[in-house]
Amino acid sequence: MSIYSPEQKVKIARDPGRPGTADFIEGLFTDFFEQRGDRLCAEDGSILGGIARFHGRPVTVLGHRKGKNLEENLHCNFGMPSPEGYRKAQRLMKQAEKFGRPIITFVDTPGAYPGKEAEARGQGEAIAQCLALMSALTVPVISIITGEGGSGGALALAVGNRVLMLEHAVYSVLSPEGFASILWKDASRSGEACAVMKLTAQDLRRGGIVQGVLREPEGGAQNDWQATFRTMDAALQKELAALDKLSGPALAKQRYQMFRAMGQDLAPAGKEDL
Amino acid sequence: MNRFFAQRRDRLLMYQAMREGRITSARRSACPRCGEESTALEWVQHKQVCPKCGHHCPVGAYYRLSMILDPGSFQELEEKREPADPLDFPGYPAKLEQLQADTGLKDAVVTALGRVQEKKAVFAVMDSRFLMGSMGTAVGEKVTLAVEYAMRHKLPLVIFAASGGARMQEGIFSLMQMAKTAAAIQRFQDRGGLYISCLTHPTTGGVTASFASLGDIMLAEPGALIGFAGPRVIEQTIGEKLPDGFQRAEYLLDHGFLDQIVPRDQWRRVLGQLLALHDKGGRA
Repeated sequence: MSIYSPEQKVKIARDPGRPGTADFIEGLFTDFFEQRGDRLCAEDGSILGGIARFHGRPVTVLGHRKGKNLEENLHCNFGMPSPEGYRKAQRLMKQAEKFGRPIITFVDTPGAYPGKEAEARGQGEAIAQCLALMSALTVPVISIITGEGGSGGALALAVGNRVLMLEHAVYSVLSPEGFASILWKDASRSGEACAVMKLTAQDLRRGGIVQGVLREPEGGAQNDWQATFRTMDAALQKELAALDKLSGPALAKQRYQMFRAMGQDLAPAGKEDL
Repeated sequence: MNRFFAQRRDRLLMYQAMREGRITSARRSACPRCGEESTALEWVQHKQVCPKCGHHCPVGAYYRLSMILDPGSFQELEEKREPADPLDFPGYPAKLEQLQADTGLKDAVVTALGRVQEKKAVFAVMDSRFLMGSMGTAVGEKVTLAVEYAMRHKLPLVIFAASGGARMQEGIFSLMQMAKTAAAIQRFQDRGGLYISCLTHPTTGGVTASFASLGDIMLAEPGALIGFAGPRVIEQTIGEKLPDGFQRAEYLLDHGFLDQIVPRDQWRRVLGQLLALHDKGGRA
């Protein structure tokens, strides 16, 4: 049992002092080369990605970026990607597959941006294509939910062979505010929503949605970045080593089967046999 | 349960009788869009499309299948699959039971084997009367099983989407159905399978952002609302009113996300044509 309530964890997960994707890239990788643009229409600052080395080995790394101050927040749209961001992510992941690089994704977003232009350019299609693409990749994919994993906008970067979560991160079908607003027509009941949503790392580990929970320093990752990086580094090394033993098709198959099984035994086939 | 199948059969028989002119009804009801009244017979003859303004009213899954499939070719798949309550969500089992009683559906999607103009295919048809057609574990599982059935039997796949998105009451498990269904479609298509995605009013949220947007052929009914975020959420976010026609099928066609818009009385013709053009239904 955690000492923090789900509602407190949502607060910790959103703490602006927590390390973000840019910090994880700086803290865990060397030789980072940023890749920008979707080659179709625009560059989206809310997803940061590129090539880097992890213990000397080239990998593709990408994740949601929220920014650290108002100017950065605006540039990154507070970590809410538009279709261009998801299409950039697809481009980077296809390239990673082409060059045989493992992919590491960091997930931290309130959700995909619900805007007019985002809809005009196919937000739903962009996310759907990310899911389809990731499900079939023949390179290792490790996804880490580092802060708030909100909705399809988070899942779009989280179809990994392993999905890990920082201890106080949260991951849910929608933000607690959105959830309360849809179900009870009252966004102010978000605290209540947190309690029923089973959105904590511990709940999700039990439900088989994530495969590992990474310990955070006392009070949360914001209190000691270096300790968080060390934990994450060890976990990434361990998981990569395990996935390296699988062939390309075996990686795609393992990932497919893992997501295929989610909710499979929950929806019973019915009392009588067909 | 048998009562509901009996009711459904009676209703379908009544529609058929009315179409064939054997019975008539003078009961009138108003179109939700133009407000003009039409008789029950006129509504049935026009397949629940307003005879005055052409507004396409939502229709249930079994009724839609009865309009599209060759008579006698309907064979339901996974009809006994029940929804689950993975979050122990307060009040959810009672709500499911009530909806099952009211609609005769187990959950928000019906999957079936059938033929259109002699061409065999696997169908999944969503029903917005069941919790807004939202996708929880049962819907995700049934859609995935339908994709796998099509893959196993090398048949084309036709899905009619109608959904408010992921089902809140099943939380993260609903979200995972997006990854599961999208992955199944990708597999099916990688093996040469034909997937025709038909979007009907409304198709939003997690269904738009997963299997519904991945068709080899993308079609929609006139006027259908199709999008990721709902219009109310967008208006709240950007602080302005959205223009008329925003996120409607015609808007999506203009923006390059659809092949064609198909009026309700044309589905049989268009699906028949497409299935014939891909004869043998792809290599899946």
